[in-house]
Amino acid sequence: MEFIKAIAEHINYVASVALFVIGLYTVLTHSNLLKKVIGINIMETSIFLFFVSIGYVHDGSAPIINLGGGRVLYINPLPSALILTGIVVAVSITAYSLSLIIKLYEEYGTMDIDEIMKLRGEGKNG
Amino acid sequence: MDDIIVKTITRLIVPFIQVYGIFVILHGHISPGGGFSGGAVLGSSMILFTLSFGLPMASRKIPHKVTSILETSGILWYIIIGLAGIYLGGKFLVNKEAGFFMGQAGELISAGIIPLLTLGIGIKVASTMITLFHTIIEED
Amino acid sequence: MKKGLFIVVLAGLFVLLVSSILKMPSLGSVDNPSYNETATYYLENSVEEAHAPNVIAAIITDYRAFDTLGETTVLFTSIAAVISVLSINHQDKKKGGDING
Repeated sequence: MEFIKAIAEHINYVASVALFVIGLYTVLTHSNLLKKVIGINIMETSIFLFFVSIGYVHDGSAPIINLGGGRVLYINPLPSALILTGIVVAVSITAYSLSLIIKLYEEYGTMDIDEIMKLRGEGKNG
Repeated sequence: MDDIIVKTITRLIVPFIQVYGIFVILHGHISPGGGFSGGAVLGSSMILFTLSFGLPMASRKIPHKVTSILETSGILWYIIIGLAGIYLGGKFLVNKEAGFFMGQAGELISAGIIPLLTLGIGIKVASTMITLFHTIIEED
Repeated sequence: MKKGLFIVVLAGLFVLLVSSILKMPSLGSVDNPSYNETATYYLENSVEEAHAPNVIAAIITDYRAFDTLGETTVLFTSIAAVISVLSINHQDKKKGGDING
């Protein structure tokens, strides 16, 4: 009973861990390079969820200051501001890896990493 | 894609998306949003245009040269604003101590360098998204 | 066979991470150690010091503007890398075609 209560109190963190493991599973088991990129994106999303959940406060409103007065409880603005950097880096990594995949596809005619390794091995031996 | 419905809807909806993106960029300091989200909205409007009208038409609308100039000028604008802070007698990228126009909090023209920097970031993010998409789908 | 091994290892990782996450302060409490004097300072002083009601805009373009300059540099670097990767190989291909032809 206590365990279920603890899970319910940390439900966002548990969800982010689950997303992280799903992304890692996708990266490890699929040999298609595009699916690996999708897995990396899922892992990045889990980290964003974890960070933004740290800043959440019950009954807190978004950090836009109410100029009319009246003291309101706001959420923590710092994780939200920091995660903007993470989103930009995620977009950059995705774009760069997609361009590398395009070049690999033009060179070998396949996006499967196992077949690419086989082709490379044949090229070396022959 | 030669679909009359997609083309007509795109032609109708793209100006509204762009106006919304500009609104989000300009009101970055008084409402939710800012340079990154507004720039993403602006860039995705051009991506929608490219998807429905094809790359040749889109690159006639906004050529590679223009986007690369916009990108470089976005980052240079940011650095020039920072150097203006030094020129006015403060540190790099300082806001209030350098004596920029602060105005009344909550109005559109206020908050010193924040709207200027947000404008630079918005232009930069929008042109980056357009250039990335056009470069990746380009085939020859 | 290989997939079963991966599933077992990742289930172990999941249990490990969840058991360490359950020791964290609970979600959404004001006593969370991350809600410290830095966040409170930004919330209390951003209107007075930056004249911007949006605290996140005040943080990323006033208090930590140099950080955002680095962020835009990341975007610039990524686009330079993408364009160079997608264009240099084209020239190599053309050269190879010339040799073959």
